[in-house]
Order: sequence, then C-alpha cells, then structure tokens
Amino acid sequence: MKSRLFAILVPFLAGVAFIALWQLAAGRYTPEQLPGPADVLKAIKELSDNGVLWGHIGISLVRFGSAYLLAVAIAIPLGLFLGRFSRCHAAIDPLIQVLRPISPIAWFPLAVLWFGIGNAPAVFIIFLAAFYPVLLTTISAVRGVPPLYLKVAGNFGAGSRMTFLRVIVPAAFPGIMVGLHIAVGTAWIHLVAGEMLGAQSGLGFMIVDARNFLRTDQIMAGMLLVGLLGLGIYRGMKAVERLLGRRWGVTS
Amino acid sequence: MSIQTSKIKLSAVEKHFTSARGERQVAVSPLDLEIQSGEFVCLVGPSGCGKTTLINLMAGFEQPSAGSVTIDGRPVSGPDPDHIMIFQDYGLYPWRTVLGNVLFGLQAKGIPAGEARDRALATLELVGLRHAIDKHPHELSGGMKQRVAIARALAVEPSVLFMDEPFAALDAFTRYHLQDELLRLWQETRPTVVFVTHDLDEAIALGQRIVLMAPNPGRIQRVLEVSLPHPRERTRDDFAFFRRELFTEFHLVHQMALQEAEYSI
Ligand SMILES: Nc1ncnc2c1ncn2[C@@H]1O[C@H](COP(=O)(O)OP(=O)(O)O)[C@@H](O)[C@H]1O
Ligand SMILES: [Mg+2]
Repeated sequence: MKSRLFAILVPFLAGVAFIALWQLAAGRYTPEQLPGPADVLKAIKELSDNGVLWGHIGISLVRFGSAYLLAVAIAIPLGLFLGRFSRCHAAIDPLIQVLRPISPIAWFPLAVLWFGIGNAPAVFIIFLAAFYPVLLTTISAVRGVPPLYLKVAGNFGAGSRMTFLRVIVPAAFPGIMVGLHIAVGTAWIHLVAGEMLGAQSGLGFMIVDARNFLRTDQIMAGMLLVGLLGLGIYRGMKAVERLLGRRWGVTS
Repeated sequence: MSIQTSKIKLSAVEKHFTSARGERQVAVSPLDLEIQSGEFVCLVGPSGCGKTTLINLMAGFEQPSAGSVTIDGRPVSGPDPDHIMIFQDYGLYPWRTVLGNVLFGLQAKGIPAGEARDRALATLELVGLRHAIDKHPHELSGGMKQRVAIARALAVEPSVLFMDEPFAALDAFTRYHLQDELLRLWQETRPTVVFVTHDLDEAIALGQRIVLMAPNPGRIQRVLEVSLPHPRERTRDDFAFFRRELFTEFHLVHQMALQEAEYSI
C-alpha cells in the first residue's frame, strides 16, 4: 500500500517540480526565448480552437501508421525468409550492415529527388526507420528458434511448410514482437524529422511553421504533443503485446 | 542371420566428431548391439561416454562415421515418425496447449482433425492428463511436461521410443512415479524402448537389459540381463544385487564402502 502510494506520488512530485523549475526559468527569459508552461497550454488551446491542430495530428498518425505497416509488411516476410535460408542471409547481410547505419534522415535528399515534395519523402523516412529494427529482429528470432523445436518437428515428419508455418513462425513470434516494439519508437521519432524536412502538414510541419513565425509557445506545444502521442502509441502497443503474449502461453 | 531378427541392429557403428581445433574426437568407438522388438533396453554410463551420440545414431539424428544402423532391416537414414525421441528438455511448443502439443504429431501425419482429436484425447487420458488439455506448458510441472511429451509420442503409435535421460531433470518422487508410469504404458502399448540414463537405479528399475557404457572412447563395457519381473521393488535384495553388480562394474564405490552401505539397507 505504502509502496503503491510512493509509486504514484514520487513521479507526480517530480513532475510538479519540473513544471515549477520550468516556470521559474521562463520568468528569466522573454516568451520568444522560453515560454512558460501556461503559455504552452494556451498555445495548444489556440491551435485546437482554430482547427489546425487536429488536422496535423490526423495526418501525422495516418503517415505514421501507413509507413509503419508498410515497413512491417515487407520486413517480416523478408526477415523470415533471410532467417530461414542462411545462404541468402550470408549474401545480403553485408549490404544490410552498410545500409543500416545510414540515418533515415540522410536519405531525405534522395527521397525528395525520387518522390518530390509532399507526403512521400516523410513516409519513406518513417518506413526506413521502422524497417531495419523489424527486419533484423525477425532474422535473429528465426535463427534463434531452439534447434530442439526443429528436431521434434523433423522427428514427427512435419514437412517444410508445416515446420515453417507451425513451428518457426510461432517460435519466432515473441522475438518479432520485440522488433515491432522498437520500430514503433524509432518510427515515431523520425516522423517529426521527416515532416520537418519536407512535408506541408503534420506535427513536424506544425513545429517548423511555428518557428517561421517565431511562435516558440507553439513549437513547444508541438513537441509536447509529439511526446504525449508517442507515449500513447507505446502504451497501446504494450497492451496489444500483453494480450497476444497471453494467447501465446507466455506470461510477462 | 538368426531366426529371430532384431528390431534395431548396430554393426561396427562408429562416430567421431572433429573439434573446432581440428582434432578428431571419438564419441563412439566401433560397437555392435542388437535390440529385439518390444524390448526395454537401458543405456547407462557416466556423462561423456557417448550415450546421446549412440541414441541419436539410432534415431537418425546423426549418421555413423562407419558401420551401419538398421531398424526393421532398413538402414536408418534420418528421423522417422515411427521412431520417436523423447528429450530431457521435453521439446514442447510453448504456444500450443497440452492438447495442441499432442495433436502436432498427428497433424504432421495428415490425420483428419476429428480423428486426430479423439486419438490425442485418448492418449492424454492414458497418461492421466485429461484434466489439463487446455493448459499451456509453462503452467505445468516438469513431470507433467514430460507426460505431455510421452503422450505426444504415443499418440502417433511409434514402434520405437527413444528416451534420452527423460527424467533427469525431475525430483526423485516425480522420477519414481514416471518410471512406474512409463512401465505401465510400455506394457500396454509394447513399443521397443531405448532408454538412456546415468542413474543406475533407474536403469535397474526399468531395463530388461542394461547396456553399460564407458568413456574415452565411448564403448560398451558390459551388457547385463535384469531377470526381475516388472514392476520392481526398489528395496528388495534382488534389486540390490543388480545395483551391486553395476556399482562394482563402474568402480564407483570401494568394496569397503559398499559393505557399509549394505549394513544400512
Ligand atoms: N556435436 C558434437 N561435436 C563434437 N563433439 C561431440 C558432439 N556430440 C558429442 N560430442 C562428444 O562426444 C562424446 C560423447 O558425448 P555424448 O554422446 O553427449 O555423451 P553422453 O550423452 O553419454 O554424456 C563427448 O566427449 C562429447 O564431447
Ligand atoms: Mg547425453
């Protein structure tokens, strides 16, 4: 009971302390340099009232969702394939290793050349950000399937199709789930970057737009919303994961 | 060729591995062994004497470096659903329920869903797990997990059961219990059983014949017929006789210590 209270109280107090410090610091600067917490809340309300906010959030979420799903839809099958066939993996792995450290942001100039200004470059960047974590964790999840599982499948005479669909895929599933999880984080981070660079809408654009008008309060409002939405998505993901985990017979 | 042909026949079987440093290591030096149909044979010996290698050769998970392994007169070329291996680590699929795990082998055989379900349920009944069919492996004790693995094997009605230290990870009470269960199942369904253990008592409790193995290189030291009827009373003198035979053979205890132990029995 006491520890429960502590678990809620301590973060709450830390939050209050943070806001108080922020307010204190804001008092020493002009609102253009550092707006206070109240200014930021006001900015959120203003953006919400004149209707632009919801449009930006909606577009950001659609971009994020479609790019993420596209990345997952390509990375999982490719990862399953490369994990299963180690020769192909050996052939492609060096290429992956070279491409992977290139920040998705660095692809931006090319993305604009290829896809033009607008939706596509941002989607492309988010796609890249989600793609590698899912691909790599899927590959290692498949390669990490306990040999005993395969031995048992072979012993019972399971064909390669059954072994793949009914043993390897489910055995790799928890590992793949970890990748999906990581990818949500990296993709969301790159959403803002992608939108700041090229898009004409979305939360990232909203932040850039606010900078152009020196609306520091709106910049911080945008940042705060990105943080809160990211947390919400992360929490949602966790809930889905727990649900699936229970179905899978693994407790966490 | 003898009139009674054996179920499993090993002739001059040899297996060596090459270590990472390129050294050749003999896991099993040339040996011969014949196992009759329906027989319960225990392979026993200290760790590293090649028990796992030998049973893997028979089950088709490994190929001999020389010599031949035949079952029913045919060379063993790979694992076969008619010869099921049961492992110490159970090898259950955690995402499948107890019933789902037992169904696996039947599904692999392409048996229609309804019939497969009936057979799986009947086998689970046989091992006393009818009440746990909807549980997942992580909800089961070690002993129950191994019973699921046994049910999964028996469901496909194999003619040979290979068991590699299947009860080694279990506590003594569960182990005794499962030994008795296994004997009952063996008497009901009569597969040929090859059972690996490093536990001498377990070998005496179960085996009609005990194949004693010795390490460096892995070889058969002696084959012992255990002429006691099943089930065997572990506290009886004749049990103690075979135990003494085995212990002496392994020089595990000094003659002196053995006399003291006898005093306390
Ligand atoms: N895959 C392998 N590669 C190299 N050496 C092995 C391999 N499997 C077994 N050995 C060696 O063969 C010997 C017998 O091993 P094993 O059959 O596992 O013995 P046991 O099951 O009786 O403990 C050991 O010395 C072991 O190190
Ligand atoms: Mg072994």
